[in-house]
Amino acid sequence: MSTYALEFEKPLLELEQKLAELKRSAATGTALEPGDTLDSEIRRLEKRCAKLQQEIFAELSRWQVVQLSRHPNRPYTLDYVQRIFTDWIELHGDRAFADDPALVGGFARLDGEPVMVLGQQKGRSTKENILRSFGMPRPEGYRKALRLMKLAERFDRPVIAFIDTPGAYPGIDAEERGQSEAIAVCLEEMAGLEVPIISVVIGEGGSGGALAIGVCNRLLMLQYSWYSVISPESCAAILYRDSSKGEKAAEALRLTARDAYEMGIVEELIEESPGGAHRDPAVTAQNLGLALRRHLRELRDLGPKGLVDDRYAKFRKLGPVTEPRPEPASPLRRETD
Amino acid sequence: MLRNGAMAWYHKVPAPKLPPEARKSRMEGLWIKCDGCSEIIYKQDVEKNLEVCPRCDEHFPLPVRRRLDLVLDPGTFDECDLGLETTDPLEFSDSKKYKDRVKASARASGENEAFVSGLGRLAGREVSIGAFHYGFMGGSMGSVVGEKVTRVFERATERRIPAIVFSASGGARMQEAIFSLMQMAKSAAALARFRRVRQPYISVLLDPTTGGVSASFAFLGDIILAEPKALIGFAGPRVIEQTIRQKLPEGFQRSEFLLQHGMIDAIVPRRELRDRLSQILGLLG
Repeated sequence: MSTYALEFEKPLLELEQKLAELKRSAATGTALEPGDTLDSEIRRLEKRCAKLQQEIFAELSRWQVVQLSRHPNRPYTLDYVQRIFTDWIELHGDRAFADDPALVGGFARLDGEPVMVLGQQKGRSTKENILRSFGMPRPEGYRKALRLMKLAERFDRPVIAFIDTPGAYPGIDAEERGQSEAIAVCLEEMAGLEVPIISVVIGEGGSGGALAIGVCNRLLMLQYSWYSVISPESCAAILYRDSSKGEKAAEALRLTARDAYEMGIVEELIEESPGGAHRDPAVTAQNLGLALRRHLRELRDLGPKGLVDDRYAKFRKLGPVTEPRPEPASPLRRETD
Repeated sequence: MLRNGAMAWYHKVPAPKLPPEARKSRMEGLWIKCDGCSEIIYKQDVEKNLEVCPRCDEHFPLPVRRRLDLVLDPGTFDECDLGLETTDPLEFSDSKKYKDRVKASARASGENEAFVSGLGRLAGREVSIGAFHYGFMGGSMGSVVGEKVTRVFERATERRIPAIVFSASGGARMQEAIFSLMQMAKSAAALARFRRVRQPYISVLLDPTTGGVSASFAFLGDIILAEPKALIGFAGPRVIEQTIRQKLPEGFQRSEFLLQHGMIDAIVPRRELRDRLSQILGLLG
């Protein structure tokens, strides 16, 4: 694991490094001072670390959340697959053009129960990131996702979708093969899928490329993730004609998990390990796993038609508008009101 | 010399501030310079010709009301969903407040939102219809547009009649952020319900259809038609150019390119649009 640190993490990491050194000295007995002084110094530093972490993370700006969501050590889809599920088998390809490594999927078990798991997958190294297009799927990725979701429906398996993408891939080949159509069909087919769908934004929820696997019964978001109509940089490029003003755009867009929760888009926020999911993937995965189990149990009772109706109701009400009182002359208004 | 002579024919006046709708045709008084053939043409000739260049067939934007008049039987359009307004849920503001931007766009474009919806008759057949007005904030889709599109499909479902949507949009509206994104799911979900009544949904793609509109209901038509040379795609050409850092090929993301790549059913010139729609409704309805 690389030692990459975000700017605002640095004071904490430095302090932790000091603490680690102190602990090493205590363990090897190379300290000059008597052991009991060292012990109290260690305890003091531990307290300071905890306090500093709390201070830094209590008041994160939206831009800092975006940075955390993109932390190179952040757990990705396949990390959660490994930690939460058993019996995983990855399934490849859209049966039409290619296999897209930017979107992975397959069957696995959650507490023994078979489920379909899919999601965008980023790369850990530059080489892997190029292979996986930094988690930006092409049409064949969305068509694979659709194929797998239909497969899950046929065998009555719930779908769990992990969202983690800056957006759908913007490129010549993606356009040639119908990026718009691939995403659009996912939206419609998910709306009608007769099995439970839970989507979780685990990092970046960039625009239509994220929503394409987000038409769900329950939307969960990790604490330090974001979900937006447009990435903050692209928004800044359009609004302020300067893509470096992402920080300002992030504020304007209110794109964090907390914002989405307050706006009623998200059913539950999942707490990450202190300092972000990359600091302790096991704890984050455990929190997420518990939430997934709970929501799946609740959704099971709805039945195929109930699930589709539940999903419709969830999305139908999104989008606040005001409407004048219906005029009595219009027969149609009476119907819709 | 000849060019100079021609220049003296008309008096050059400063171009008025135009809504984006008119950006394709540079208007100078009574004359228009066509972007397609660069000819100077008489504005009235273009108007009479459904905003299509009489010389080279270049399609200029057609205002939304004229679009509806073009395809519907005279006097049959009954507009619905009037007076829907955004609540500006984020109290969004960039160089201008979003609410002010909406008001300014309404004043400049003469429409109070980017989408007009209602019921009408096409060759005698009742249809649920809607059309974008690109002149209103680039035809962007916020909650009002998403709600109206959704209701087009809901009315078509209730009445068991065909649905027709004309799209011309830059995509989801940034100023309503995540709510705009959710309109893609909302409209697609309404469409999923509409499929059960087995009536046709015809999607007509106009210049331009991109982003969140293209990646939802616009590409979900049972039949997808496009006007000639319309820009259609998911990512805008500038975004793609910035990503891959190369020039895009000639004709990329135009209707003809999409037809060639199997993404649309047919390209229909504006003057044939009504007949084609009527023909398809006859075959499927």
